[in-house]
Amino acid sequence: MSNQQSALESAFSDEPALIPYVVAGDPDPESTKEYVRALAEGGADVIELGLPFSEPIADGPTIQNAIQRALSGGMTPDKYLDLVAELDVDVPIVCMTYYNLIYQYGESEGVESFVSAAGEAGVSGLIVPDLPVEESDPLREACDEHGLDLVFIVAPTTTDEREAKILSQASGFVYVQARMGTTGAQADVSSATHDSLGRLAETDLPKVVGFGVSEGDHAKEIISAGASGVVVGSALVDIIASGENVAERLESKAAELKSGARNGTQEVPQPE
Amino acid sequence: MSDAEFEKEGKFGDYGGQYVPEVLMPAIEELQSAYERYVLENEDGFMDEFRRHLRDFGGRPTPLQRADALSERYDRDIYLKREDLLHGGAHKLNNALGQVLLAKYMGKDRIVAETGAGQHGTATAMAATYLGIDCEVYMGRTDINRQRPNVFRMRTHDAEVNPVDVGSGTLKEAINETMRDWATNVEDTHYVIGSVVGPHPFPQMVRDFQAIISKEVREQIQEQAGRLPDSVVACAGGGSNTMGAFHEFVSDENVSLFAVEAGGSGLTIEEDEGLAPHSASLSTGEDGVLHGARTKLLQSRDGQVLESHSVSAGLDYSGVGPELAHLAETGRVTPVSVGDDAALKAFHRLSKLEGIIPALESSHAIAYVEEARNSDEADDLGDLVVVNVSGRGDKDLDTVIEESEKRGIDTAPSMEVFK
Repeated sequence: MSNQQSALESAFSDEPALIPYVVAGDPDPESTKEYVRALAEGGADVIELGLPFSEPIADGPTIQNAIQRALSGGMTPDKYLDLVAELDVDVPIVCMTYYNLIYQYGESEGVESFVSAAGEAGVSGLIVPDLPVEESDPLREACDEHGLDLVFIVAPTTTDEREAKILSQASGFVYVQARMGTTGAQADVSSATHDSLGRLAETDLPKVVGFGVSEGDHAKEIISAGASGVVVGSALVDIIASGENVAERLESKAAELKSGARNGTQEVPQPE
Repeated sequence: MSDAEFEKEGKFGDYGGQYVPEVLMPAIEELQSAYERYVLENEDGFMDEFRRHLRDFGGRPTPLQRADALSERYDRDIYLKREDLLHGGAHKLNNALGQVLLAKYMGKDRIVAETGAGQHGTATAMAATYLGIDCEVYMGRTDINRQRPNVFRMRTHDAEVNPVDVGSGTLKEAINETMRDWATNVEDTHYVIGSVVGPHPFPQMVRDFQAIISKEVREQIQEQAGRLPDSVVACAGGGSNTMGAFHEFVSDENVSLFAVEAGGSGLTIEEDEGLAPHSASLSTGEDGVLHGARTKLLQSRDGQVLESHSVSAGLDYSGVGPELAHLAETGRVTPVSVGDDAALKAFHRLSKLEGIIPALESSHAIAYVEEARNSDEADDLGDLVVVNVSGRGDKDLDTVIEESEKRGIDTAPSMEVFK
């Protein structure tokens, strides 16, 4: 990787980052555009936009249902990239999807055509939860060539040896999975989060925590434990699923989370 | 790279690999190491214990029976490998016993499994009870409805059966849900995957546990017929009985290997509706990544996995084992398919002619010999044919009664007077 900061790394400049996740096309592309705008207004620094895949093994029921809604609404990789290209927000977009969609994209075999098209549409980075570092070389190379970041997940079970392997490949930020299992809103912050952040303390890359974050207080606790940002997905997808005053509620939820995250900074012991 | 070297990395040519969430990777590394030590190197006498359980609890070896009536019908020697006589009524016990025992050697205290037709769930529940470990099984709602006897059998062995309601409620969804459970409880739980699918080392390990089928066939056919068969025929869903029946013959180029897939109601794809009216992923699928491995898949142009169909719940899966994909790609295995109706007819034919009620899965393998009868393909089968009867059909009776009547299968016994 070059020493120049990528669009994603620049998003983690001086204050804790809020990274909302929503599924593109849930329930339709026009609504997604509106929701992304509302989240940006509410204080999002990066937006993680899910490209729906029929077999989301890393996701829990909330996001799985959102993916079903998006697929029933006809969302496809091409429509997804059109949607990204039409967004009028000033925050970097990260595409979260599963490997088969990337692998199948376009006429030519391999992953390059997707990465190239994603870059052109304005995607800044990729998260592919079913692609471990061992299988990631082709995608890593394509991302390097087209200037996209490839974000990797570190789980509570990740060993030191694997962590070193992951960090040698990761760029943009490191996604710290807060607890075991799949995505889904939780009532409190797992102790695994603190352990994982402790192990990553020496890493230069920004560290964001996701899986289970739903409240401003969670964001505060996670930031004060040393994270650079928080990812919030299921709590927002729940608001979308309810169908009531969605944009307005997304904006105020984002503002609550962002303010929680800011409060967390005040509790971090500053280096002397 | 040689095939053996590929296998070390979990690859069969272009297929295989490990495509799973990071949270599972350490468990997969742990499993890989346990597989190498206990299965490949027989550490602590693991394989000796496994073989003892297969013999004493499972009832191995199973017979290789010359099917006299079929042999006369087809004017060639037809032998049936009777995996239907294994304890539990299907080849699934070979793998379930192997993996449950391995879980115990690894110090895990809980087993999760997915099941389609319920045979794997039943075998796992049986093995878990026999070896004293807790067991939870995920099963799609559609499959629960069409395989009730097996649900009851699992419950009889005290296994929890968790219905899965998403999607079409078949095997694909059950696998997703089991992967999620495993990702949540990976530290004390082993996932007993039911076929030669999933991330490495599962496809290789499950094949090794099932290879006992072809090891026995090889010895038995030489003893009974004095030579190796001209061909081996086995049905292929995920492909565990297929790889089990083929493995010991892969290097014998003179033995033809036929993988019979579920042709359902036709080999088309209805992409707009997101479904394939068949489960023939080897014959018609495209390369892709599903459930941890690169393999052949039924999928849309965009890479969304399609729902599959077969009258046989055990073959109703959108993917196939990566080793079979590789063997088909290189021409070593010939993928063929037969439809729902042909399988139902074969079910009744074997029942009438030989006194064996085969599973609907196995009925596909038996149907292929019939379909080849009047075509050039018959020559490819040769004079000495082994057909793997992967399981018995008791579990399928409700489906067979209903579907035979619905489709007007004229060889089905009439139940009219009993109404």
